[in-house]
Amino acid sequence: MTTTYLEAIRQGLWEEMERDPDVFLLGEDIGVYGGAFKVTAGMLDRFGERRVVDTPISESAIVGAAIGASFMGLRPVVEIQFSDFISCAYDQIVNFAAKCRYRWGAGVPIVIRAPSGGGIHGGPFHSQNPEAAFVHTPGLKVIAPATAYDAKGLIKSAIRDNDPVLFFEHKALYRRIKEDLPEEEYTVPIGKAKVVREGRHLSIVTYGAMVHVALEAAQLLDGEGISIEVVDLRTLLPLDEETVLDSVKKTSKAILLHEDTITGGLGGELSARISERAFEYLDGPIVRIAAPDTPVPYSPPLEEAFLPNLTKVVEKARWLHKY
Amino acid sequence: MGAGLAVAGDPALESAREYSAEQARRFFYYMSMMREVEDRIERKLYRQGKIVGGVYVGRGQEAIPVGAGLAAAPDDMLFPSHRDMALYLIRGVHPRQIFAQYMGRIGGLTRGRDGNMHMGDLRLRIVAIISAMAASVPVAAGAALAMRYKGTRDVAFCFFGDGATSRGDWHEGLNLASVQRVPLVLICNNNQYAYSTPIEKQMACANVADRGPAYGIPAEIVDGNDVFAVHSAALRAVEHARSGLGPYLIECKTFRMTGHSAHDPADYVPKHLWKTWGERDPIDRAKYAILANQWAEPEEIAAIESGIRREVDSAIEWAENSPYPDASELLEDVYER
Ligand SMILES: Cc1ncc(C[n+]2csc(CCOP(=O)(O)OP(=O)(O)O)c2C)c(N)n1
Ligand SMILES: [Mg+2]
Repeated sequence: MTTTYLEAIRQGLWEEMERDPDVFLLGEDIGVYGGAFKVTAGMLDRFGERRVVDTPISESAIVGAAIGASFMGLRPVVEIQFSDFISCAYDQIVNFAAKCRYRWGAGVPIVIRAPSGGGIHGGPFHSQNPEAAFVHTPGLKVIAPATAYDAKGLIKSAIRDNDPVLFFEHKALYRRIKEDLPEEEYTVPIGKAKVVREGRHLSIVTYGAMVHVALEAAQLLDGEGISIEVVDLRTLLPLDEETVLDSVKKTSKAILLHEDTITGGLGGELSARISERAFEYLDGPIVRIAAPDTPVPYSPPLEEAFLPNLTKVVEKARWLHKY
Repeated sequence: MGAGLAVAGDPALESAREYSAEQARRFFYYMSMMREVEDRIERKLYRQGKIVGGVYVGRGQEAIPVGAGLAAAPDDMLFPSHRDMALYLIRGVHPRQIFAQYMGRIGGLTRGRDGNMHMGDLRLRIVAIISAMAASVPVAAGAALAMRYKGTRDVAFCFFGDGATSRGDWHEGLNLASVQRVPLVLICNNNQYAYSTPIEKQMACANVADRGPAYGIPAEIVDGNDVFAVHSAALRAVEHARSGLGPYLIECKTFRMTGHSAHDPADYVPKHLWKTWGERDPIDRAKYAILANQWAEPEEIAAIESGIRREVDSAIEWAENSPYPDASELLEDVYER
């Protein structure tokens, strides 16, 4: 049966709730309402109020409480209604959760799910991609799945992981992306990127919604004889450097693509690693494609100009191919 | 008059006693204008796909921004929340700018950079919210601190919902404002829901007002659907704040007569509540008080209403003719030019 990206996350959560009675959910409007995007629909009925906790609008308290519950042996999964509001819990995530293991040996097995991303006319506060701030925080793991298969497999791995995991779900993929999922149970390992399309002339390294843009570009340019390899990072921290470097060494050209704004975005980090470790393989400059350094604008023409898209990727890929 | 007509003996009649025909008609005008503008936004333009972003309206809560907004002096700073459209109207923002804002056109206050009630204009002394609930509270406290610093007699008005009072920013803002005794008027619209979350899941005390004394802030509860009562309470609060006694909290009990946003059918609201609160409609009640006091003839009321509809019709036309921003504007104004 075809499963949407959203439904895949719901299934992953559901299965883990069935498997482990210590897994429970905390968040705003997740119970009776089933979540702002309905990711937790039906879970209150199935698992009850003890395990599906509707909270006040208190992001800092929600994450803090999850950390505390995790010390007591529970495995909390938090929903931040929009990732834009994750900043309200920044201290708990970055200073509390991320630093416990290193300081005093206490693991913090929590998962923080956060719907993120633009392309839905959400404006400056319902469209952001805040992953880079957390990728810059040692002690966290950061996941950003692009497909239904990975979303399900990775949410399950995140719940089983003994460190704090941030799980950025792209809102624009929720109902747009579907695929057939295996009947049997599976997980997807954290920290492993995936070559989702093989190619010879250049590599596009990307994640989240941009994976689909990269694949479309690859498809289109195939007709022009340009063979593109697409690497889906899937996990942003820890970075799977090996898969990225292997791909770039093979194709000798790299485009780093993300929806997040360019300065301080993941592209810069990837670029540094490629030039440090694969410089002699390169046949062209490393190219970044990302949103410009502005807030995410609301009005459709501005948002369209802001977001990386097929046209922009195709143009740059042609340019780099010719280089 | 609508089905929600208040009955004789409505406390609004009592609270209206100190008011003049002119004041009452102003209240009525701004509440009706807010209702008309938001009805068109939520029930027409949004459904027609002409508004592509989120829509949150204050249907049933109009007495709060109108009563409080008209108690503010022109130099007082306003920090609206997302259901306080009348504050913009009172400060002279034209409905056409509001429609253009919602439709992402350059005629809107943010030229398409942001949508819905995310708009402000320092010249009008009205500050744009960010989405994160209660983030304005410390900011309003800071504005009030500056007023005292500069020795003005101005006051800051900060608006928020019941749910927002769960945020740490709310508590930190109140506490800072109180220890510094800054001139801050805090206005809560307690519409008993935060998105789908009912008030009893939001807080374990009975009233938002109960929280004021914990910070040394006097608080009172008013009927938030009675514009005269809201206005009188706001005047008391302003008097308190202006005379240097520090912040003052007003909790307006009301009800959100719609979903959280235009896409929310609000199935979680028990049906009887729509009926009960529909009968307490603030506009119907003001209208009733006006007629009962013979402050206007029914024909005059009807004329005000049809005038509003005409104004709104032409405002929408203007907004639809306002262009979208050009993509070349994207990079402008991130910093001072
Ligand atoms: C910090 C934060 N968390 C979550 C949200 C999502 N959200 C938007 S409005 C809202 C409910 C607000 O309730 P309340 O403060 O009572 O205001 P009302 O909408 O009822 O007027 C929520 C949860 C948000 N805007 N900010
Ligand atoms: Mg509310």
